[in-house]
Amino acid sequence: MKRWIRKISGQDQDLETGLSEEDSQETVTEKGAAPEHQAAQAPRYGLFKRLKEQMGRTRGGFIRQMDELLTGRREIDRGLLDELEEILVMADMGVGTVQEILDRLRSEVKRHEIDDPEALRNKLKEHILDLLEVPAEPLEWEPAPFVVLVVGVNGVGKTTTIAKLAYLLREQGRKVMLVAADTFRAAAVEQLETWGSRLDVPVFKQRTGTDPSAVAYDGMDAAKNRNMDVVIVDTAGRLHTKVNLMEELKKINRVISQKIPDAPHEILLVLDATTGQNAISQAKLFNEATGVTGIALTKLDGTAKGGIVVSIAHDLGIPIRFIGIGEKMEDLRPFDAREFVEAIFSS
Amino acid sequence: MFDNLSQRLDAVFKKLKGYGKLSEENIQEGIREVRLALLEADVNYIVVKDFVARIRERAVGQEVMDSLTPAQQVIKIVHEELVKLLGRHNQNLNLAGRQPAVILLVGLQGSGKTTTAAKIARWLRTRGRKPYLSPADVYRPAAIEQLKTLGAQLNIDVFPSDPSFSPVEIARRSVAKAEASGHDTVILDTAGRLHIDEELMTELKDIKAAVDPQEILLVADSMTGQDAVNIAKEFDRDLSITGVVLTKLEGDARGGAALSIQTVTGRPIKLVGIGEKLDALESFHPDRIANRILGMGDVLTLIEKAQDTVDRKKALELQKKLKKDTFTLEDFRDQLRQIRKMGSLEQILSMIPGLNKMKQLKGLAPDEKELIQVEAIINSMTPAERRNYTIINASRRRRIAKGSGTTVQDVNKLLKNFATMNKMLKKMRKSNFKQFPKGLLPF
Ligand SMILES: Nc1nc2c(ncn2[C@@H]2O[C@H](COP(=O)(O)OP(=O)(O)O)[C@@H](O)[C@H]2O)c(=O)[nH]1
Ligand SMILES: [Mg+2]
Repeated sequence: MKRWIRKISGQDQDLETGLSEEDSQETVTEKGAAPEHQAAQAPRYGLFKRLKEQMGRTRGGFIRQMDELLTGRREIDRGLLDELEEILVMADMGVGTVQEILDRLRSEVKRHEIDDPEALRNKLKEHILDLLEVPAEPLEWEPAPFVVLVVGVNGVGKTTTIAKLAYLLREQGRKVMLVAADTFRAAAVEQLETWGSRLDVPVFKQRTGTDPSAVAYDGMDAAKNRNMDVVIVDTAGRLHTKVNLMEELKKINRVISQKIPDAPHEILLVLDATTGQNAISQAKLFNEATGVTGIALTKLDGTAKGGIVVSIAHDLGIPIRFIGIGEKMEDLRPFDAREFVEAIFSS
Repeated sequence: MFDNLSQRLDAVFKKLKGYGKLSEENIQEGIREVRLALLEADVNYIVVKDFVARIRERAVGQEVMDSLTPAQQVIKIVHEELVKLLGRHNQNLNLAGRQPAVILLVGLQGSGKTTTAAKIARWLRTRGRKPYLSPADVYRPAAIEQLKTLGAQLNIDVFPSDPSFSPVEIARRSVAKAEASGHDTVILDTAGRLHIDEELMTELKDIKAAVDPQEILLVADSMTGQDAVNIAKEFDRDLSITGVVLTKLEGDARGGAALSIQTVTGRPIKLVGIGEKLDALESFHPDRIANRILGMGDVLTLIEKAQDTVDRKKALELQKKLKKDTFTLEDFRDQLRQIRKMGSLEQILSMIPGLNKMKQLKGLAPDEKELIQVEAIINSMTPAERRNYTIINASRRRRIAKGSGTTVQDVNKLLKNFATMNKMLKKMRKSNFKQFPKGLLPF
């Protein structure tokens, strides 16, 4: 992140895209005043209207500019870089990461490694795919009982994701049990139970207000006794900044491993695609507390793109396992990086 | 953690030490830093563009004042504009008109509507109203149950909804029931929905038509990213919302969504949620959120947080001890515990303006693991040792190290730091003791 805050001295310093000094002198052609400057001088007729116009313009503008750039052998100008940046930042990829990607692209254009519009588009996608690439063991769901601990902040979709996951595993013919260790939120146990009966999957529960690690502990016994293949532990939503609640989570994690060596086998962090830069902090702190092994990205059926996972996968080396695309039990998909990147560029 | 804006601006403007006017050229880099800070705070890209243009316009041509550095001057402008934008409306709930008044809560899945419904009910009751809760989320499993439980906890009546009723029916009947039973405010909790789900958005329009709410509040998560503009725009277009409740603000989100939503809808943020407990609801403070968006160190939040978690009596005792000469290892341990309750040390430090930049603090402030270790060491001491550390000789050190699973070096290091700290405290007692927030240990 610091990398891109570096100083730009010299005459091209109004390139807000963070070009290196060398780049800015050799390949950037300034075309008139900066758009922001124009905006400052234009009469301010409804900001709302302007916003709408600009939003509508984004996609078409991007493709057009890119084609123009390459067919016309135009130099990369500020307008194009802005458009690229806009798409990526608006997908919540975060300014730092976006800058890194644009830097790479820029030097490739400079070295003439890219010479047609299709190639530029593909190169950009390749770079994002690169960042998403995380060496990780695939989920094999064994040895039995394979324990999945599901964690995340409030309301991201943990319980629903568990129901979806249980459905998926049950369809594969596995014996699945759910453990209701969200003993804090009102009616959280009932919520999981309702899913359990819809899915015809057993739910291990104790009373609301019980110590969640006690529930997890006894839940492991129940799973072993009933010869379960997979057991999924639901936990209360907690903000990653709450030290005592993160300690509670560590304890849940600990008692599970006491009962079953090597368990939990998967610690699944649920992230909401609507979340912006804060998801980085979530991933970091949950990872520090429990050692997250996979991410489920929910609510991709909305208009949010969830681009923040690009940084998370890259910086923390945590693989994205699943995406959630709705509220029904069938609405879970394995994460497909290519599909995900395509979606960033679709409107 | 990114450096805060004021330090970044300071660096950029260092060469601008002289006098004269801020010009298009010499504020360029500064403006870029402002832009970056806003984007990092999740303010929408296009909203940032417009906002920054306005900042540029205001900054250019200003005299560089004697009293402020150019960096401070730009920040002042940015801060003022933010507060102006965020605080230009009346933020009170408007419950005048036909009674019972109706408050309709809407928003995406998981944004915090149900908890907020209960919080608002409690909030209104403490302000003399007679609230009635109505659960109209018939879709999410156990959502009705959730509100019923919260109502019971608060001892506030809840309409006996059932998932087999239609939401519009629930809305209509609960208003009638509230009126009949002498309640003056109905708080209607609805299912979370996507702004692009036409069917469910129509359902909300139908509810609105059926009960004509005085307030339609969009409940939005403060961690929301760029999409906040789309969400807010759509909900506002379909329902003409009257305001916004920003939730989960006790975390470390920068809260740029507040600015995005305010800009695209022009609707005021009326309340903020700052915790899971039912009394964790506050009115909105534009200046605090402005600080936060700018990453300027939210001292107020820090102090609140300290007051929240630090045992007040203990804090007072400690305050006394610090002022006198009796600060012992036992007090030190208490203090460590309080700090650990508040959040990670790094996070706390980052909330204090000026401190977050001091690199040397990094080494000075023990990290989480060290804190645990330090506590273990102190735990292994006898009460006498804790009260007077000077009696801890070599053999005692060995025993303590063994007892706490640490090394003699670790014990030495702690004792040395503690001695240094005591010296510092002594110095501070003489000079400006007052500048530290209550109950916070000056590392
Ligand atoms: N649209 C959509 N909603 C979801 C998705 N996953 C979960 N939700 C909804 O988000 C809300 C909160 O989910 P829940 O599982 O209770 O979250 P938890 O607090 O993390 O356990 C519920 O209304 C869910 O139906 C998803 O992929 N898409
Ligand atoms: Mg849950």
